[in-house]
Amino acid sequence: MRSIFHLLIFLLIEGQAFSQELTPPKELKAFDAPYDSGNVLYLTWKGMPYDSEKVDYIVYISESEEGPFFEIGRFKSNTHFKADKNWPAWAWKRTTEYHYFEISSFIKEGKEIPLENGKTYFLKLLVTDGIKQVKSNVVSAFPKGNLFNLLKLNNLIYMIIFSVIILWFIARAKKRELFLRKIPALEAIEEAIGRSTEMGRPIYFLTGRLGMSSVSTIASTIILGEVAKKVATYGTEIKVPHTDPIVMSVCQEITKQAYISAGRPDAYREDSNFFITEDQFSYTAAVDGLMVREKPAACFYMGYYYAESLLLSEVGASIGAIQIAGTDAEHQLPFFVTTCDYTLIGEELYAASAYLSKNPVLMGTLRGQDVGKGFLMGAVFIGTGLATLGTITGAMQIVSFVLDWFKGF
Amino acid sequence: MLFLKRYLPLVICGFTGVVFGIQYYVPHKASEDLLTFINDWMIIIFGFSMILALASLFHVHYQKIRRRQSGWGFSLIVFIAIIVTVIIGIISQGETVDEKGLTSFGWIYTNMLVPLSGTMFSILAFFIASAAFRAFRARTLDAFLLLFAAIIIMFGRVPAGEYLWSKIWGAEFPLQMGDITEWIMGVLNMAARRGILLGVALGAIATSLKIIFGIERAYLGEKE
Repeated sequence: MRSIFHLLIFLLIEGQAFSQELTPPKELKAFDAPYDSGNVLYLTWKGMPYDSEKVDYIVYISESEEGPFFEIGRFKSNTHFKADKNWPAWAWKRTTEYHYFEISSFIKEGKEIPLENGKTYFLKLLVTDGIKQVKSNVVSAFPKGNLFNLLKLNNLIYMIIFSVIILWFIARAKKRELFLRKIPALEAIEEAIGRSTEMGRPIYFLTGRLGMSSVSTIASTIILGEVAKKVATYGTEIKVPHTDPIVMSVCQEITKQAYISAGRPDAYREDSNFFITEDQFSYTAAVDGLMVREKPAACFYMGYYYAESLLLSEVGASIGAIQIAGTDAEHQLPFFVTTCDYTLIGEELYAASAYLSKNPVLMGTLRGQDVGKGFLMGAVFIGTGLATLGTITGAMQIVSFVLDWFKGF
Repeated sequence: MLFLKRYLPLVICGFTGVVFGIQYYVPHKASEDLLTFINDWMIIIFGFSMILALASLFHVHYQKIRRRQSGWGFSLIVFIAIIVTVIIGIISQGETVDEKGLTSFGWIYTNMLVPLSGTMFSILAFFIASAAFRAFRARTLDAFLLLFAAIIIMFGRVPAGEYLWSKIWGAEFPLQMGDITEWIMGVLNMAARRGILLGVALGAIATSLKIIFGIERAYLGEKE
């Protein structure tokens, strides 16, 4: 009985050893990396029964089928699964059944050579447990550029949906008047300009630290147009110190047009918009100096700001100016809220154009934004619920398919 | 003339807006090359726009000196600083460091510009203190909550706060000062920040669409 038992154990161990015999990897495939500009290759193969800590995979590459082959990677056979790649489910099958290896360059004669677009490369795999070695067949592929990044599919869908919603509300706004809540910071513009006129002091308008490619700078130039129009009507002085020459040129044109549309082209001064410097703290020091010397009655800080936000607005507060700020730089908002009389928080900066012009078409976009916010709120609730459910039930893989649609890749 | 001034900028803006909107989704090399090409052109245009900037700078400061306006002496310093820096920059061939160490141009940068910028930045600490003093006067419930949260955060971020907490409640107490601070920053503060950021993102998209489709034209100096 005992000898039979020993025989069974022996057969079991031998059987297991037999099943772990090194064999060439199955379903070895080389292909162009999807969704890139065309300089990466992927190598995939099926996970094998011998995959363990003790068995290594070594990947080789060559520029010709005959070789020479260069080693480009060596790793444990229980690593590098397709499941490791954090790509969405619609673009990549995340599974532990297949291995994958990414190749973007190789070392040849001591030099790192990046893969060339359109050139065919030959790849092979070697399996070793330190004693035995098994080679795979040679596979080939060439990197090429892709025409669509499938990883951004959700982004594209949301962009299209959101654009359609906004355009629909614009069309609707032409027919029906929309309600717009009061924004105190924008209501106070008139008050600030009136105060400056009464005190006979200038108004300072700053457009932020970024260039014309920033949406917040564009929003600030639009507000400048409305402010300049009122300034021209009241007959007071506006000064716009700049840190970017392109923004300065745009603002010069906007200010000029504002004066013309207010019927005061004679009052327009070419040097109302002037350049100071590109350097952050030199600009701040210069504007602070101007404020202290000229004591403006009103200061507007619109656009994107960095550390200079408090340096500017605190000086403005110290000279007793009425201050209105508007920024989408959320890390600078506390400083503006603390030191300014009124602050446009985040999206209010973008809403200013519609609010000030009372143009129904522009107001339509605000309703579109509200619908977008409703959608995002819904997504947050659903996402939170699903993530919780996935963690409790352990079905995270299924849940992550839905959650992927709300992620950025 | 009307076409050049009014319609052409709108056409260019709309066309480039749509092209680069699509470019974002196309990873092909041609698409990347197009982006690089345009970025290069933007750098070139920015370089030329510096001529406008210098013209504006010289004009404003020259007028100040000519009219002897208040602070005209500073304008004189601007001219002297520009001329001296340009001459030294040419002599140093635009290099800040050579084989001997710092060049004269590098010396100006390291020993004048950097300390001056550092001074401006360090003033921020005093301004934060004065702004905080104003903000934290507990006159309303909101201000009181702000003050309360700020005190907890400040205590949680300094070793003295941790020390005092452990002295009062003991080191084994399950809730430490650092945990409360992290919760306020990571949950309450982060939730508010993300709310603002989501609104900003939607606002930016809506503004971009308005500009691309020519609905928003105020940035061209036009009435809508």
